[in-house]
Amino acid sequence: MAKKNSGPVLHISKRDNLPWYGAWAIRGTAILLALVVCAFVTTALTGENPLGVYKTMFQGAFGSKRKMWILGQNLAILLCVSLAVTPAFKMRFWNVGGEGQILIGGLATAACMILLGDKLPNWLLICVMTVSAMAAGAVWGGIPAICKAKWNTNETLFTLMMNYVATQLVAFFVIVWEVPKGAGKIGIINQSTQAGWLPQIGSYKYLLNILIVAVLVVVMYFYLARSKQGYEIAVVGESERTARYVGIPVGKVIVRTMMLSGAICGLAGLLLVGGTDHTITTTIAGGRGFTAVMVAWLAKFNPFGMVFTSFLLVFLGRGAAEISTIYGLNHSFGDILTGIILFFIIGSEFFISYRLDFLKNNGKEQA
Amino acid sequence: MFDLVAFFPRAVMQSIPLLFGSTGETLTEKSGNLNLGIPGIMYVGGICGVIGAFFYEQAGASNGFLAVLIPLVCCLVGSLLMGLLYCFLTVTLRANQNVTGLAMTTFGVGFGNFFGGSLIKLTGAEVPSIALTATSGYFRKTLPFAESTGVFGKLFLSYGFLAYAAIAIALISSYVLKKTRVGLQLRAVGESPATADAAGINITRYKYVATCIGSMIAGLGGLYYVMDYACGVWSNNGFGDRGWLAIALVIFTIWRPNVGILSSMLFGGLYILYLFIPTGTFLAVKELYKMLPYLVTILVLVLTSMRNKRENQPPESLGVPYFREER
Repeated sequence: MAKKNSGPVLHISKRDNLPWYGAWAIRGTAILLALVVCAFVTTALTGENPLGVYKTMFQGAFGSKRKMWILGQNLAILLCVSLAVTPAFKMRFWNVGGEGQILIGGLATAACMILLGDKLPNWLLICVMTVSAMAAGAVWGGIPAICKAKWNTNETLFTLMMNYVATQLVAFFVIVWEVPKGAGKIGIINQSTQAGWLPQIGSYKYLLNILIVAVLVVVMYFYLARSKQGYEIAVVGESERTARYVGIPVGKVIVRTMMLSGAICGLAGLLLVGGTDHTITTTIAGGRGFTAVMVAWLAKFNPFGMVFTSFLLVFLGRGAAEISTIYGLNHSFGDILTGIILFFIIGSEFFISYRLDFLKNNGKEQA
Repeated sequence: MFDLVAFFPRAVMQSIPLLFGSTGETLTEKSGNLNLGIPGIMYVGGICGVIGAFFYEQAGASNGFLAVLIPLVCCLVGSLLMGLLYCFLTVTLRANQNVTGLAMTTFGVGFGNFFGGSLIKLTGAEVPSIALTATSGYFRKTLPFAESTGVFGKLFLSYGFLAYAAIAIALISSYVLKKTRVGLQLRAVGESPATADAAGINITRYKYVATCIGSMIAGLGGLYYVMDYACGVWSNNGFGDRGWLAIALVIFTIWRPNVGILSSMLFGGLYILYLFIPTGTFLAVKELYKMLPYLVTILVLVLTSMRNKRENQPPESLGVPYFREER
């Protein structure tokens, strides 16, 4: 646009292979730049010096033992959802319905806790909860997948709409099961009997969630990188035609992968309802279904990389929450910072896949 | 029992933000950009208008013309910047459109809620909440004979000027897309950028212009919601999920802004239908009625993909960045 009259100044070409440390150097620079910009934005709004801002954010994330456990818990749930959406993305299936799949998994969990709480022994109840949460998530993810496989229905919008259907279903059951009548919320389920609460390891409330997700990271890595199904997913993602040519049943792979994706989201719902909150609300997923898309993409779908990217986003969220509390600002401040960091990282991908050459002699070339 | 005269104007008022959003997104998608940042852009448009009006009202001035112009310009500039950001990332830097869009929605919704919640604190103004009743009054001014023409006036003339602007913009967009050279070239860019490039069309410029204009139109939807529908009162997350519904509406209208006028009214009606259906004592059912717009969208989505008619398909290269040397 600006360079229109002066002939080409830049030549853009695809990079063949950037060594991994080069790619991470570029990403690191982008994150650093973003953090500087974030600091200035925060300074402009609160008046504290930029270094002080990060000190406050650091305290918000790691300031006390309790805060560190909350950080770990948030990290675990976000990571779980990110792992869930990854196989679908590797297949180029845009599952932005994580939100709904978490909610429906959580709803199934809550239903079991409320309806079967006093009828089954606790170990059996937890088994039933796990199975039904994952099944509910799988169904929620499977419906758009079946339509995609059969009629090539746009999955981005289908999964998006399923989020709202799930939200309304939860809103419906919240009113049906509300305690006490007219309160508009369910409250802590089975407070006295603790039936269906996931067991605590020692005195650490969140440890079980963190361990489950840690195992999931490793399993997902091997599933994607080493298993036959993981390979099929990669082929379908790269080229559906190739997949068809070599005899991979594309439709079956799509439905199977999405059901897996939904089931893991359902598991996240189970961890939230059964393991942490012991209640259900329409906002229990808290936008994680969308954040997970970005976490997975930023890590280039590598499960171990996702540990770092989800840590980055959770840290920002917790840190920004601390800043908002101290300065009496709105809690959406974290979203702004997250947005800025994401823009920088998204932009940096360009410099990883393309090379820029500045043309020095463009004056001569020009006619 | 079912009060149509009360129902229709409310459905229309619900529909206008959706119409702005879907017209904007249709223009954007015709250039091959799937902008999932529309919900964020609508928040930004709304809050920028609020910020403009807030400062103007704080300054104590009350010129009716300026009171409308300042929020309008602020809103357009805010959403234009968001559109430029999206274009810069996806067109110039060829980033993934879905991820960029979602990041923009996170940012935009956060931006709106943050300034909506903190504007008073940040400026140190001595008011309890953001209530721009004076500005809103100018935005809500109806046509002069709306009162005197009875039911007809109530059904068709009782809206603020932005509502009529929305319909006009939808009709103009439809005309430009279908009947003009610019529209033809824009559609070519969205269908097959390589062909358009070979024909000498400047792909980058078309994508930038279409997406930015689309963003500005969508931003107006946010402004209408705050100033007209919500009477100038900003409430956090009050705009809700209308941005996503607007994107769904694009598909519902099979990429035709003129069809959008009626279908957005249908959506608006479905959105508030639960208020008008008697449910007796079992209030929970209302929550199920709120599902209707989404269920209808899913149904349309599946049906259009099942019928698979060529003229009803999305632009061929929707969501795919264009890089000349990759052909």
